[in-house]
Parts: sequence; C-alpha cells; structure tokens
Amino acid sequence: MPDGIVLPFEGVADAPVAAAPLPLRVSKLRLEAGGQALIDGIDLALAPSGVTMVMGPNGAGKSLLLRLLHGLVPASSGEICWGGLPLDEVRGRQAMVFQKPVLLRRSVAANVDFVLKSRGARDDRRRDALLEHVGLLDRARQPARLLSGGEQQRLALARALATGPEVLFLDEPTASLDPASVGMIEDIVRAARASGTKIIFVSHDIGQARRLADDVVFLHGGRLAEHSRASRFFSSPLSEAAARYLDGGLLY
Amino acid sequence: MQDYSEILGLAAGLVLSGDADLAEIVGLSLQVSLTATALACLIGLPLGALVATTRFPGRGAVLVTLNALMGLPPVVVGLFVYLHLSRAGPLGFLGLLYTPTAMIIAQTILITPIVAALSRQVLEDLHAEYSEQFRSFCLNKTQVIGAVLWDGRYALLTVALAGFGRAVAEVGAVMIVGGNIDHLTRVMTTAIALETSKGELALALALGIVLMVLALGVNAAVHGVRATAARQAYA
Repeated sequence: MPDGIVLPFEGVADAPVAAAPLPLRVSKLRLEAGGQALIDGIDLALAPSGVTMVMGPNGAGKSLLLRLLHGLVPASSGEICWGGLPLDEVRGRQAMVFQKPVLLRRSVAANVDFVLKSRGARDDRRRDALLEHVGLLDRARQPARLLSGGEQQRLALARALATGPEVLFLDEPTASLDPASVGMIEDIVRAARASGTKIIFVSHDIGQARRLADDVVFLHGGRLAEHSRASRFFSSPLSEAAARYLDGGLLY
Repeated sequence: MQDYSEILGLAAGLVLSGDADLAEIVGLSLQVSLTATALACLIGLPLGALVATTRFPGRGAVLVTLNALMGLPPVVVGLFVYLHLSRAGPLGFLGLLYTPTAMIIAQTILITPIVAALSRQVLEDLHAEYSEQFRSFCLNKTQVIGAVLWDGRYALLTVALAGFGRAVAEVGAVMIVGGNIDHLTRVMTTAIALETSKGELALALALGIVLMVLALGVNAAVHGVRATAARQAYA
C-alpha cells in the first residue's frame, strides 16, 4: 500500500473502559517548516483509552506529532479535537514525559510538589503515594539530578501522573535505559492504562510495542502510513512501509 | 610624604585596632551598598526573568538597552539623582539630598540594570531547558518566573555579587548625592578620595585594605555557596 493512505481505525478490542472520555480526532493536520512538510495531512481517530503506540523510522515525525497533539507546537493547518473540545481547553488534562527528563534543580519530593502546587493541590500524602508508586519514596529527599537515568524517568512519570492526566504522552521514555528500568517504566504505564488514562507512546522498540500496544500508528515521511490494531500490525501490516520497518528494511 | 612601609604599618594598625572612624565609614558603606543591592535584586531579578522568559515585539531593543545601561557612568547617575532631589528638583520636597537614602537611591539606579541584564543571561539558558516542560505543565507566567528564579538561585548569587561589587566600589554617584559629610554620608570610596587629596594616606590605605578584604570575603562566600550547590547537583 502506498504511503499516506489512511486506513480506518479498527478499535481496541481488549482496552479498558475509559474513566474520562477524550477521544481524539485529527483532520488534515499539517506542519511546515522552511517550505517542507514535516507532518503532511494526517487524519487520525484514536479511542479514549488504551495504549496507542506511535512508530516509524527516524525522521518520520513521531515526536512532532506528539508535540502537535499536546499543543507544544502549533500546526500550520488542520484541526485537533479532543472529545469534541479544541486543544486549548483540554491541555490541562494532558501530560507529557520527554525522552530526556527535564527535572527541576530541587529534591525528588520538591519536583512532585512543584506540579501539585502549580495545580493548587499541594498534598504531601498524594506526593508520597506517587513516589511510592514509582519506587522512589526512599529517595524523596535526594536532589533529583543525582538520580540514575531510569530513576529520573520514573520521577518524570510520577510528576506527569501528579496532574491526574486523562491523556499521557510518552516520547521514547525508555530510550537508552537498562532492561530493569524499562521493565519498571512499562509496569507504571500498564498501571496508568488500567486506571483509564489514555497513553500515546512513541517507541522504536518493537518488542516494547508488542508488549504494550493496543493499537499502532505508523508514520513514514511525515504521513500516516497505517493505523491498525497491534495484533494485526505485527502479524500482517497493511502498509508496505510498516512491513519493511518490521523486517528491518527501514532505518530505525 | 610618608614612607610607603610606614603608611602601610599605620593602615594595618588602624584596621587591627578597630578605629571608631574607620568602623563608622565601613558600616555606612555596607549599609548603603547592601541596601542598594537588595533593592536592585528586588527590581532587577524579576525584570531579568521576565525578559528571559518572554518573547515580545521590541525585545531586541530592550536587550540592547539593558546591556548598554550596565555601563552607566556613576557620575551621570549621581547628577541625575541630584537634579531630582535638589531643592529645585521635582522630589526636592522630600529633603533627601545629602542623606544615606539619596546614596541608596543612586546606587540602586546604577546597579539595577547590571542585575537585570546579568540575570536575564543566566535565566534565559535555564528557561530554554525548562520551557517545553513548563508549557506541558500549563504554567502561567508568574509560575514560570518564580520557578526559574528559584532554580537559578545559586547562579543569581553571583549576579547579586556583581551588583554589590559595583555599588561598594563606585565613588562618583555617592559623592554627588551624599556630599561626603563626616559622620553622615562618608563612605569608604569617598573617604579614600578625600584622605588621599589631604595627604592622609594611612586612613586612605586602611580603607582600601578593608575594601579589598571585603571584596575577597564576599567572593569567597559566594564561591563556597556555589560549590556546595554544585556538589548537591543543584547548579
């Protein structure tokens, strides 16, 4: 199938019922820079629950798509609509964890406190519960920037979860981490998914995508090449680009 | 003309004996310059943070102006404040000319651009690192400025130090608006200028020694704080 063909979303058979419905509809989304289309006319519909894995080779536009959906980058044209609401009205109901965690120059606990306080909900018990959830309660008083890479990413996740997001964007949160850290982060993602949070996850790791994904959005050259249920994507991808990617024929 | 070593001995004696005149002059210098530094930080740090974290039309012109104001000549600031505080000036009714308050006002005007411009440079780098995460948190401008000021606190100590150094070492502004009145507005720099012109080199040199020791001491203290911060990975 040629690139740029949008397939109908097939639904997520085993996804949990969402606590808060924020289904996404994107139409004709386009981002241009320097006369070049970085995101080129994407139409997409996502269910309000489950884990959507965004995959594709380097330069496909995965991270850009996440930033567009979260409102960090303004689109050149097109429409993004969450649960019937414009993006500006739902941004506070979303959170994002970046590939390289951006931690404040404060203690582990103060990093979570900062987010809770910014929402007017400073609560030491909630903070401690979040830190315990990500396995960092015993490090609460340490400077955040002295944590290991995996611990820093878990703290970034705790901070994101502190906002009680209905949609959680994860931009390659396990890149360059050791297998134990990857496993811990995947457990946190599963728990968030089980609690009804919609997860939109960028990953290059096909094994990780198989473990976590309910559906896969595959991008190639800034276009949507395929959007399928995970089981179907990995067994019989519909787009030629995805098939080549899974066979290792496209650069990661 | 006294012998150099004799002057140095007399100066050291004045410092070590805790001479009352010397202590008074040093005390007033510190009071004026520390107050001016505190006021300049109160105005300059939020201003620097605002410029560092905001994109607006004419920002380039604001940056050029801020940087240019860092080189304000103290005598010009002194003259400006003098014109406003003199009897014929718009603020003459306050009766502040030739008081420590006038000196504080002049030094605050002199170093606020330094604090604002230097803090802008420090905080702009910090904000570049944080900005995407802050937008993700949907923070408002006040929260962003508060966060970068707090997280940049150790780097901003150096900025405050630069402001204090400029204030405590300048002579032109305090001379014009303070008048170098004995027991009222005489500070270290004006006293050094006066005593030198009178040929009283021992007191001038003693004040010079105190000024140097102060500068070294403050620098060492800030360096110590920053090193501690770096060890704790806050820097």
